[in-house]
Amino acid sequence: MKPSTRRMKVRDEREGSPWTGLGAVLTKEMADHLTGVRVLILEMLVLLTAVGTIYTALQNIRPGSNNEFLYLRLFTTAQEPLPAFVFFLAILVPLIAIALSFDSINGEFNRRTLSRVLAQPVYRDALLMGKFLGGLLTLTMVFSAIWLLIFGIGILRLGVPPTAEETGRALWFLLGTIFYGGIWMALAMLFSTVFRSPATAALASIAVWAFFIFFWNIVVGIVAPLLGPQQITTLEQLVAAGQLQMILTRLSPITLYADIATIMLQPTERFLGFVLPVQLDRAIQSPLPLGQSLLVIWPQLTGLIAATILLFALAYILFQRQEIRA
Amino acid sequence: MTDLVLETKGLTKRYGDFTAVERLDLSVRRGEVFGLLGPNGAGKTTTILMLLGLTEPTEGEVSVLGFDPARQPLSVKKRVGYMPDQVGFYDDLTARENLIYIAKLNGIPRDQIQRRVEEAIERVRLTDVIDKRTGTFSRGMRQRLGLADVLVKKPQLIIMDEPTQGLDPELAHEFLGMIHSLKEEGTTILLSSHLLHQVQAICDRVGLFSRGRMVLQGTVPELARKVLGGAYRIQLETEGSAAKFRKALEGLRDVNAVTVKDGRMIVEAQKDIRAEAAEAVVKAGGRLRGLSVESQSLDDIYTRYFEEAKHETVN
Repeated sequence: MKPSTRRMKVRDEREGSPWTGLGAVLTKEMADHLTGVRVLILEMLVLLTAVGTIYTALQNIRPGSNNEFLYLRLFTTAQEPLPAFVFFLAILVPLIAIALSFDSINGEFNRRTLSRVLAQPVYRDALLMGKFLGGLLTLTMVFSAIWLLIFGIGILRLGVPPTAEETGRALWFLLGTIFYGGIWMALAMLFSTVFRSPATAALASIAVWAFFIFFWNIVVGIVAPLLGPQQITTLEQLVAAGQLQMILTRLSPITLYADIATIMLQPTERFLGFVLPVQLDRAIQSPLPLGQSLLVIWPQLTGLIAATILLFALAYILFQRQEIRA
Repeated sequence: MTDLVLETKGLTKRYGDFTAVERLDLSVRRGEVFGLLGPNGAGKTTTILMLLGLTEPTEGEVSVLGFDPARQPLSVKKRVGYMPDQVGFYDDLTARENLIYIAKLNGIPRDQIQRRVEEAIERVRLTDVIDKRTGTFSRGMRQRLGLADVLVKKPQLIIMDEPTQGLDPELAHEFLGMIHSLKEEGTTILLSSHLLHQVQAICDRVGLFSRGRMVLQGTVPELARKVLGGAYRIQLETEGSAAKFRKALEGLRDVNAVTVKDGRMIVEAQKDIRAEAAEAVVKAGGRLRGLSVESQSLDDIYTRYFEEAKHETVN
């Protein structure tokens, strides 16, 4: 077949670097995000929840009562009626990520800037990658600022400096938060490639988000027993059924993120999910060192990153194949 | 070095069963303005996208400035400026910022960007609004900014898709004037349009498109000769019986045909023979009231060609 072999050849011999122009796209995207009203609103929202939850957390934390990991407790302490900051993060981060990228591709298309940009000496790779990295870097900047703010408030109100252990844990949690955002950003970007209308892309992304937030646990509760044996008679079967349920819940990025938050912010948590009392026998009830905690959530962390890359790759393939003309 | 800036051989694009462009042989010489003309949906935009490497051809060969757009898209796009139909800008950015982005994508050295952008904008006379957001721009201003956007990279070849579409006649005329001055500076231009009469004046050569195929190619007078028979149509308004001078006119050199329509005589000739025709009428004892030569319009050529084509298929 002449045409197909020719096309293969073309792919192989593609001239120049696919990243030509990446820097230009990246700086423009970040400038757009950081000067845009949309990001400003989202920043205010996160800032408000951060200050609110940290303030109530501070009311609960009395220096002297239990001096360990005060800064981490800023993230996790809740007081009625306000949940802890991590809870808000689990809900808000996806929304922010979606808001940053639901119109990234179809917006260019509808503004008719796509053909003009792609007529410049850059590959589509650079455009998509630049948009994604621009969004991710914006997320990184926003959350780094929030983290610093939390630590700043902490220093002022608690009067003790954070330990290296706390700082390390907070940084790993920051990394987890960014890639938790990355998943949703890649998802929204995927939808913005598939759907021509930004509103549809936004709705589809929000639908996935709502599904995982509200319904995934219910779905798992229904599906897991159907997949396992009808009647559980032995201990092994019980363990197997429990593990199956856990695997299913972990398909949700929200579960993965919650796991990371639990282990990283509460050093005394040593296990995730299903543990038999036998396994806890002779376990010492003391906080884990950072390295050990990291080992516990390593699969979750890499899972988040892998899912982000996978979704991005899918968006990438679809975008490469898309016709540019209206 | 070859004089051809752009060449295609047997270029074909199919979308499933639909053939958008079929076996296109096109060649554009350095410094000329070539018009791809035809109705909407005839395959003009698809052709342009293939020339830029934005769509892969199904079959055939393309060479743009000596590069293959499918294999060396960066080299092609660095040297070729493309102005899409209904050019779009980032409405939140100013004209300057929009163009700076494009300049950066082209890898223009940092210290030259400002100057190049300002030059391009001055060229299209938008300097007073250079720092205004493009969201406030009118259709005509956007079109001019689109041209500036192409000029930033100092292209050797400019490809424009429907450059005058949606412009009022005055703006269209102004825009065509800009294209003309670019041509005079030696830039090669390929433009597509369905508004035949508008672009007729500035195109050195044209290719007429219909349903994915280029049916005619050449200069306007060439096409007129080919399709309309005579390149010149001379109208004579006379007093008295027209039949009397008909013979005299038919006897002139270079005359292809003489027809009478609404009391006027129309002489189709290969040359401008107004003087000879007038003389012939007077010699034959007639009185001449009016004499004019009709310039050949592409619209006529196009309509006539398809009438004939239809006729042939019916027979």
